[in-house]
Amino acid sequence: MNQVENGEDSTQEFERRRRARSLAIALSLAGLMVLFFIMTLVRIGANITSTAQ
Amino acid sequence: MANLTSVKIISPHASGEVMDYFALMKPRVMSLVLFTAFVGLVLAPGDIHPLTAFTALLCVGVGAGASGALNMWYDADIDAVMQRTARRPIPRGLITPHEALAFGSVLAGGSILVMGVLVNWMASGLLMLTIIYYVFIYTMWLKRRTPQNIVIGGAAGAFPPMIGWAAVTGAVSLESVALFLIIFAWTPPHFWALALVRKDDYDLAGIPMLPNVAGEDETRKQILIYAIIASVTGLVPVALGLGGILYALVSGSLGVMFILAALRVYQRRDVDAGRKAAHSLFKFSIIYLFAIFATLAFERLAAIIAGSFGMI
Repeated sequence: MNQVENGEDSTQEFERRRRARSLAIALSLAGLMVLFFIMTLVRIGANITSTAQ
Repeated sequence: MANLTSVKIISPHASGEVMDYFALMKPRVMSLVLFTAFVGLVLAPGDIHPLTAFTALLCVGVGAGASGALNMWYDADIDAVMQRTARRPIPRGLITPHEALAFGSVLAGGSILVMGVLVNWMASGLLMLTIIYYVFIYTMWLKRRTPQNIVIGGAAGAFPPMIGWAAVTGAVSLESVALFLIIFAWTPPHFWALALVRKDDYDLAGIPMLPNVAGEDETRKQILIYAIIASVTGLVPVALGLGGILYALVSGSLGVMFILAALRVYQRRDVDAGRKAAHSLFKFSIIYLFAIFATLAFERLAAIIAGSFGMI
């Protein structure tokens, strides 16, 4: 993987890896956002249930 | 001591693949950590929302991965000279030490924060303690200084079931401490068996593991002593009512096998047979820990399922 030749190939390989890493970070952040959103709904739901009882 | 100044960490501008960063998180260690945390979560009394349980395990997994990445950042010099670790991402030049440091730090901070906000702050505090213990006390302080490194440092690997327990109860209890003690007592014979097999590797890196400092015979004796302690500790959940009859049978019989495997290591002293016995003990110790924790979880889950169908 690290045996990339210098020049154009190495630049393309560098860009490809950076895109892959950026995509992984974006997906992780989106997942975290969804998790916080659903957990908020779960907690609000639990509070409503306990208040109603 | 190895001449570590001759070791070069190549590629100052390396930027690895996504999978190289995943490898930085020590996925095999992470899987055992996740499993023991899951068992702690299952055994704890009380209810937890499945999504909260998932979040707790996610944070434990990411926190364990962060510890692994920070360990690889600090130990990059010795990893490069050891055969077992030379293929890790930093020695191979796929990721720079600075990238590993940043990656590990962000994941450590993130996992502690998310655990606190979405699960509870007791679990978060224990997760923080685990990461700090592994990185600062084990990796930076003990590992290169004392042959007792894995005895004291073993506590870091023993915390996860307590974190799982705390995720449900928000507290530390005698039962969760018993789970901690099982892993704590299991760690020395597990790692010293590996140290016997990899003695030359540790010599090369200058790590003061017990076989390198006190000799192989002393290590064999210590392995046997700790295997007995670990097997007895494995029965503590029975005394606390955490494990039932099935657990007592599994833990008792596997404990005897653990001691017998350690006894074989103690008796077989010629090079090839000795290494083979040590390697067998290393592999068996993983099965032992997995099996007794799996049995604890199985008993509890079976009771929950039986209870939900009105069988008990």
